[in-house]
Amino acid sequence: MVPKEVKCTESHEWVRLESDKATATVGLSHYAMEQLGEIVYLELPEAGAQMAKGDEFGTIESVKTASSLYMPVGGEVLEVNTDVTDKLDLLSAEPYGAAWLIKVKLSDAGELDGLMDATAYEKHIEGEE
Amino acid sequence: MQLIFEKSVPGRKAVQINAGDAPTKINIKKQFLRAEDPDLPELSELDVVRHFTELSRKNFGVDTNFYPLGSCTMKYNPKVTELIASYPGFAHLHPLLPQLRMGGMLTQGALQVLHETDLLLQEITGMDGFTMQPMAGSHGELTGIMIIAAYHADKGNEKTTILVPDSAHGTNPASAAIAGYKVVSVPSNDKGVMDMEALKGLINEDVAGLMLTCPNTLGLFNPHIKDICDLIHDVDGLVYYDGANLNAIVGKARPGDFGFDVVHLNLHKTFATPHGGGGPGAGPVGVTRPLLKYLPVSIVVKRKDGTYALEYEMKKSIGYIAPFYGNFGIVLRAYVYILMLGKEGLIRVSENAVLNANYIKEKLKPYYKLAFEGICKHECVFSITKEMADKGIHTMDVAKALIDKGFHPPTVYFPTIVKESMMIEPTETESKETIDSFIQAMIEIAELALSDPEKLKAAPVTTPVTRPDETSAARNLNVSNFCPCG
Amino acid sequence: MPFIANTPDQQKEMLAEIGLSMEELFSDIPEKLKCDSFKLPKGLNEQQVREKLYKLADKNSTRLICFLGGGFYDHFIPAAINALVSRSEFYTAYTPYQPELSQGTLQAIYEYQSAISRLTGMEVANASLYDGGTAIYEAMMMAMRITNRNKVIMDDSVNPIYRVMIQSYTRNLKIDLEETPNADGAANRKRILECIDDSTAAVILQNPNFFGRIDDFTDIAKAAHDKGALLIVSCYPIALGILKTPGEMDADIVVGEGQSLGLNMSFGGPYLGFMSTKKQYIRKMPGRIVGETLDKNGKRSFVLTLQAREQHIRRDKATSNICSNEALCALSSLIYLSLMGKSGLKETAKLCANHAAYAFKRLSQIPGVKPRFKSKWFFNEFVLDLPCEAGDVVANLIEKGFAAGFPLSRYYKGMENSILISVTEKRSRQEIGMLAEALEGALCS
Repeated sequence: MVPKEVKCTESHEWVRLESDKATATVGLSHYAMEQLGEIVYLELPEAGAQMAKGDEFGTIESVKTASSLYMPVGGEVLEVNTDVTDKLDLLSAEPYGAAWLIKVKLSDAGELDGLMDATAYEKHIEGEE
Repeated sequence: MQLIFEKSVPGRKAVQINAGDAPTKINIKKQFLRAEDPDLPELSELDVVRHFTELSRKNFGVDTNFYPLGSCTMKYNPKVTELIASYPGFAHLHPLLPQLRMGGMLTQGALQVLHETDLLLQEITGMDGFTMQPMAGSHGELTGIMIIAAYHADKGNEKTTILVPDSAHGTNPASAAIAGYKVVSVPSNDKGVMDMEALKGLINEDVAGLMLTCPNTLGLFNPHIKDICDLIHDVDGLVYYDGANLNAIVGKARPGDFGFDVVHLNLHKTFATPHGGGGPGAGPVGVTRPLLKYLPVSIVVKRKDGTYALEYEMKKSIGYIAPFYGNFGIVLRAYVYILMLGKEGLIRVSENAVLNANYIKEKLKPYYKLAFEGICKHECVFSITKEMADKGIHTMDVAKALIDKGFHPPTVYFPTIVKESMMIEPTETESKETIDSFIQAMIEIAELALSDPEKLKAAPVTTPVTRPDETSAARNLNVSNFCPCG
Repeated sequence: MPFIANTPDQQKEMLAEIGLSMEELFSDIPEKLKCDSFKLPKGLNEQQVREKLYKLADKNSTRLICFLGGGFYDHFIPAAINALVSRSEFYTAYTPYQPELSQGTLQAIYEYQSAISRLTGMEVANASLYDGGTAIYEAMMMAMRITNRNKVIMDDSVNPIYRVMIQSYTRNLKIDLEETPNADGAANRKRILECIDDSTAAVILQNPNFFGRIDDFTDIAKAAHDKGALLIVSCYPIALGILKTPGEMDADIVVGEGQSLGLNMSFGGPYLGFMSTKKQYIRKMPGRIVGETLDKNGKRSFVLTLQAREQHIRRDKATSNICSNEALCALSSLIYLSLMGKSGLKETAKLCANHAAYAFKRLSQIPGVKPRFKSKWFFNEFVLDLPCEAGDVVANLIEKGFAAGFPLSRYYKGMENSILISVTEKRSRQEIGMLAEALEGALCS
């Protein structure tokens, strides 16, 4: 189940607006994890990086495939989850919790409006299968 | 099995070095010397020979097993080509000799081999000139794209994009990207060939060229190939032929006649040079007349007096892409192969390659899901059936089960546009008996997939190792048993 | 027909099963696209082709006494190498994508990677690249990926054959390539140190360099690292039997041509480009990599790993477009290093250096012949200035049975009279004496 409060992209990143309405947390959906299989490597940006919506912010690799990670919203990377790069199993275990990837200071909160909500995303992945 | 380093015994030697008659003390200052001797194994010659002989026995090769690896054209590698490549006149020839004044006269035989291979490949492909320099197919692709870039630069064209079908080998988009182009993917239609409408929508003035395999990686010949070439030419783009699948049409049709401008050939596929466990190969590139001036430096020319020489004065050339003349030893083997087959032989190559592939396709159709109906060329693509998938079977399980039956598996999970794909390329050198026994094995596996799927998933059980843990290999990297810290 | 197994009867039988004629099997090719020309000669049988090729091989002269090097050397090759790589389980196999039936190739590549690591003093190596020149190019691209910068400094004492290749490859790319002119035959430290700045991705150097000169680049590595740049060193593997390793100099990427490790000169290929690096950079390294792991039963096994970097998965985002490596050549070099062993490689390197030192001394005594450079720190190659044009002298000596060396004017301005002479362990004191006499004669005439 995709948590109700997150918004998602077609490339399977999710983003959750924090209570301060100025920062957001970004991760990768459970569906994406299922598609990738066992993850062997995760590369994330450094804190402080400035990125626009749609920019590539990292790479995730399983044995047989690799995907780029794209910013669902633009902004400054405030924090990077270094726990998850060491404990890759977290990614499939807690994709919406402990396996968040980065926290972003939003440059334009309006960008969230263009994303799918949980229901729309669930429909989207049904279509992909 | 132990590593060769683990078999080392201090003080043991395999090679007796010439004592030498110069003084033995080295007169080099300490700052320039390594602190410790290189930590290489200390073994007898027999130790080394046993070790590598044992390793060789853990391999499948074309000489030991049927090897229907799609897109790789694992045909028989004639032994005489190995013998000829070992003739001292070829094997011991220093590549810098032609750069010495008078030196060219000492390498006339080698230059003649390069020149005549060029002429033969021209006739086989319908192109107007070849470079032998590219050292592999992917290297040929990069060379070809560099030639396309040189053409546009010369004309003042500002083009940014190379089109590549979604069914293409991964080397195509990678080569175009590394040469500095943006890569745009062209989708296939429901018949498995390029979608013409989609292509038309993607063609614009930015298009520098299109890379295409024909027949494609699904083994299908695109009947609109000439129209595709025309469409690209209309925007002054060039069309690149990835010759990986030439084995399907050699002697029957020529990319030059379709309208292709640049072609690379994989000598280790169509022209039977050994694959060597993953190289060395060779990827000569041929071009049409207007592009000859962009070929890499140098090319072999035949002078009026019948001697051969290297031409270095090529102002518009893309420059040097290899140190010398490419993988000469591989070009030589392909030359010998072409001479032996001759016109009739090469025509029989494509006929029997296509015959064998279609025979397999027809025989396996009732048991596996055929990706695309109709005649195929040199290879056919299947996937597992829904019934197998329902039992939790994947294509990989079929592949591993084939190993236990003594066959190298087909290419699996490629092309990626077919889910759970397996791509079977038998080649012309395999006999009906071998192919029948392969078909029989595939049928037995299909039956086992439904009756006892767990048994299938345990395969292979006859090999020196079972399925290795690839996740752990990537997570806990161990790629060298050396630690510089001691 | 040669190498085609199906008999005409079998072909008929198979066509009947398919329900089509041979012509119909090719009916998907439009008639107007079928060959109207296929003018190839009639096939030859094995006896005919051997006779023809034997005659062609005989037109090549390999009887010259070879003092020609320039990065490609006439070294001794033990017979066991060819005997082992001729095992068709190795040479008729392909890329080891199915690990269960490729453990031979996979373990050999793992051992090769380990041997290259040990030789160069680096933590990790890949399964090989095409040749020494493309290896430098790949190292340069790798350094730019790691640093996200695009300025590259290369000294002109790096093999000029490779420098022209780099120029071709980088023509369409946004790369700021700065070439420093050598300083009296050595890498131009002063200029290099001045050039390294915050936009520098890498410094590319060679040891021993093209003129044979040996060096210690520890200081340049430090200067590069201080600015966040990398040091790439191209090296001659035989020399590493005795010379300081790039690892000891703290180089970041090490490459080189592996031909001297048991491969025939074969008129330019197939050869072998090797590459090693620090473990932290392994994901940015091009080419195949084999890793050790365990199988389901806990048995040691080997697999291709980090494949997600490669073109067959990453397509236009791959670290390189390279698909194949030079597996069989890598195997030859591994067998060479295993046969030579710890002491053999060192002894070979010492012999090369000593014979070269002797030749340098002997040839420098010829009236009119002078060392080109002041420094005497060279490995097995050195540059002499002749009293006349080197190209003429070399041509003259070919007639006397010597490939006396490489005239440098082809690649370096102002070196019309200079010759690069290379001496391997195969050249005896007697042969060196013969060259000295012939050279002296050639200069007088």
